[in-house]
Amino acid sequence: MADIQVRQSAGLDVAGVGAILALGVVLAIFGAAWAVDAPFQTQMYTLLAACTLGLGGLVLVCADDPACFSRGRYEDGVVKAGVIAAMFWGVAGLLVGVIIAAQLSFPNIFYFPDLGWTNFGRLRPLHTSAVIFAFGGNVLIATSFYVVQRTCRARLAGGAWPWFVFWGYQLFILLAGTGYLMGITEGREYAEPPWYADLWLTLVWVVYLLVFLATLWKRKEPHIYVANWFYLAFIVTIAMLHIVNNLAVPASFTGSQSYSLFAGVQDALTQWWYGHNAVGFFLTAGFLAIMYYFIPKQAERPVYSYRLSIIHFWALIFLYIWAGPHHLHYTALPQWAQTLGMTFSIMLWMPSWGGMINGLMTLSGAWDKLRTDPVLRMLVVSVAFYGMSTFEGPVMSIRAVNSLSHYTDWTIGHVHSGALGWVGYVSFGALYCLTPWLWKRERLYSNALVEWHFWISTIGIVLYITSMWVAGIMQGLMWRAYNELGFLEYSFVETVEAMHPYYIIRALGGGLYLLGALLMVYNLWRTARGDAPAKERAADIPAAAQSAATLAAE
Amino acid sequence: MWKFHRWFERHSLILLIGILVVVSIGGLVQITPLFFIESTIERVQGVRPYTPLELAGRQIYIREGCYVCHSQMIRPLRDEVERYGHYSLAAESMYDHPFQWGSKRTGPDLARVGGRYSDEWHRAHLVDPRSVVPESVMPPYAFLEAKELDVSHMRAHLTANRLLRVPYTQAQLANANADARAQAEPTGDGAYDFEKRYPGLASRDYDGDPSRVTEMDALIAYLQMLGTEVDFSTYQAEDPANLR
Repeated sequence: MADIQVRQSAGLDVAGVGAILALGVVLAIFGAAWAVDAPFQTQMYTLLAACTLGLGGLVLVCADDPACFSRGRYEDGVVKAGVIAAMFWGVAGLLVGVIIAAQLSFPNIFYFPDLGWTNFGRLRPLHTSAVIFAFGGNVLIATSFYVVQRTCRARLAGGAWPWFVFWGYQLFILLAGTGYLMGITEGREYAEPPWYADLWLTLVWVVYLLVFLATLWKRKEPHIYVANWFYLAFIVTIAMLHIVNNLAVPASFTGSQSYSLFAGVQDALTQWWYGHNAVGFFLTAGFLAIMYYFIPKQAERPVYSYRLSIIHFWALIFLYIWAGPHHLHYTALPQWAQTLGMTFSIMLWMPSWGGMINGLMTLSGAWDKLRTDPVLRMLVVSVAFYGMSTFEGPVMSIRAVNSLSHYTDWTIGHVHSGALGWVGYVSFGALYCLTPWLWKRERLYSNALVEWHFWISTIGIVLYITSMWVAGIMQGLMWRAYNELGFLEYSFVETVEAMHPYYIIRALGGGLYLLGALLMVYNLWRTARGDAPAKERAADIPAAAQSAATLAAE
Repeated sequence: MWKFHRWFERHSLILLIGILVVVSIGGLVQITPLFFIESTIERVQGVRPYTPLELAGRQIYIREGCYVCHSQMIRPLRDEVERYGHYSLAAESMYDHPFQWGSKRTGPDLARVGGRYSDEWHRAHLVDPRSVVPESVMPPYAFLEAKELDVSHMRAHLTANRLLRVPYTQAQLANANADARAQAEPTGDGAYDFEKRYPGLASRDYDGDPSRVTEMDALIAYLQMLGTEVDFSTYQAEDPANLR
């Protein structure tokens, strides 16, 4: 009886995914046929290929067994896929970052007049989207699917739908990323994907929300675990921000260009309401959920304070939404809105540090593990970076400070202390935890490589953020410097020239961070394969057996 | 009080609704008034919709990601006003879908770059930035010069903008494709009609190649009009109506 039910519902989910893919095929053919610009046509061919492959894959996988997406205690396949995708996009995104850092350091070497698509203006959105949405997004989807199953003691709901979320999200990344290279963009930071990619992401995201909610409904635990509050807030708020901020009128329904629904000052505030909360909900709430599951798990200690998690959860999500206008200090945005944004940004310091304290104090009684467990150290240092950048943020949101820091590389340094230190490290920590768990290995291939990863990346981060602090503050001061006659002391290009050594140090720091990530990918790949390091293998074999083996070999 | 929270922890939909309510408040309070408070956008003379050629140039500006390194927002700070000109007004970007205020100045602000340099300087600078500014880190855009501007869909672009209440006239819509070319062909047949439809503007060749209308023409046309619309000799910044 139960089996028949599984079969029936399994058929439904496969049919639903298949219907969407078939619709995608049809729309892509029409879009390609009537395309008004060449890049749009290429995008439609990409969509066509993706949907066709998806349909083919679906038939291959489900031909014999329509219920294949609903068997087993937990759905870990999609989490594994997410881990692999995160590693791939992480390396790709960091690599593009190093390339564009090199472009600013040595423009004569890294620009090619005949290859317009490699220019900084097109690669920079590729970098930001690849690290935030491709790497970060895959980490969030993979960990949320893992955590919600474990903390609910229930299999992921929806059968084939979680796989639709995973592959649908990869398609979104592919459309957005290749689009940037061809010059398709909506022209607002972190919301650059074109209107049809936005629509596709909306569909994927709603399915993501439903899969997550339906898994919560199946839970065998009376309470929803704190990590899931954060995941839920992340998913639903990103949906709201994404939909409102991307409202647009396409110039043609078979073309890549569109015009934002809002203009000027209203568009600016909507965009930074979105932009700052991409930080607040994508890069903070989602990754705090990771902190709330993986740190207690790896430290084998309960979360420090239940009450603190309640207070800081509601305070964080309430206050974050207000902080957007601090990106628009001294602009044509009315002053009352700027002041509101500044006030709430400063208040935001408190719930941010509430989360930090809750994460760090979870180690009470387990601090010694920092010495022996490099993965836990990475997770804990990520929380320390979180504390640091959420202190720096409110400082920079003060109007007087912002008048110096805005438009300079100080902002870039601030972003990267959060991105590399907090988001990067908490993600790496989670990946180091997940890989042995998912592939059923006793431990990582090499803890020594984790140590190397940690120290190389940390040196990279320090080089990055210190060089950007110096560069940003220096540039801000040079812009406002006056000589004794009351004239501006420096021309703009003199401040560009002064950046040169710091841009080189920054590129070096980014390169080290990339190197660390490559070590991680190697380590995780060997772990997944089930390799044990040579030294440990030798040590594991008892001496008697070893000599017997030597004898046999002789 | 802590027991009360069990309600959220045990019912996912209540948790969901709670989250939605809490995260909606900030945006509603901050963003919606901007559409209703009249003083949000100053009343000034001179701000006009982009011509088809300028709009095409703006789309190229966006396509190439110029906004990631150049702001278009001069702050009311002494050094900025002296370096770039009068601080930017909200009215000056009221027809900008999307806004391009930017957030980073790897290169200088461009809000009032219009008229500061010659067309020829812009062309040389875009083709090879370091030929005119040796310390520059800007990428080269020589390919713009080689690419004929596609004007065949300008009417659709103007129509989309008019849907968004940018005040284009019927005549401007109907002749959008032709006007895009005419603005860069001063000796062409359409120049006279273009100048009639866009009073005060003169058709001219921007990229030094009168035989073709290229993407370079469009981008320079856009750059050369930036920040030139408002006559600041008639704008009273201290007027109570203009204080926000």
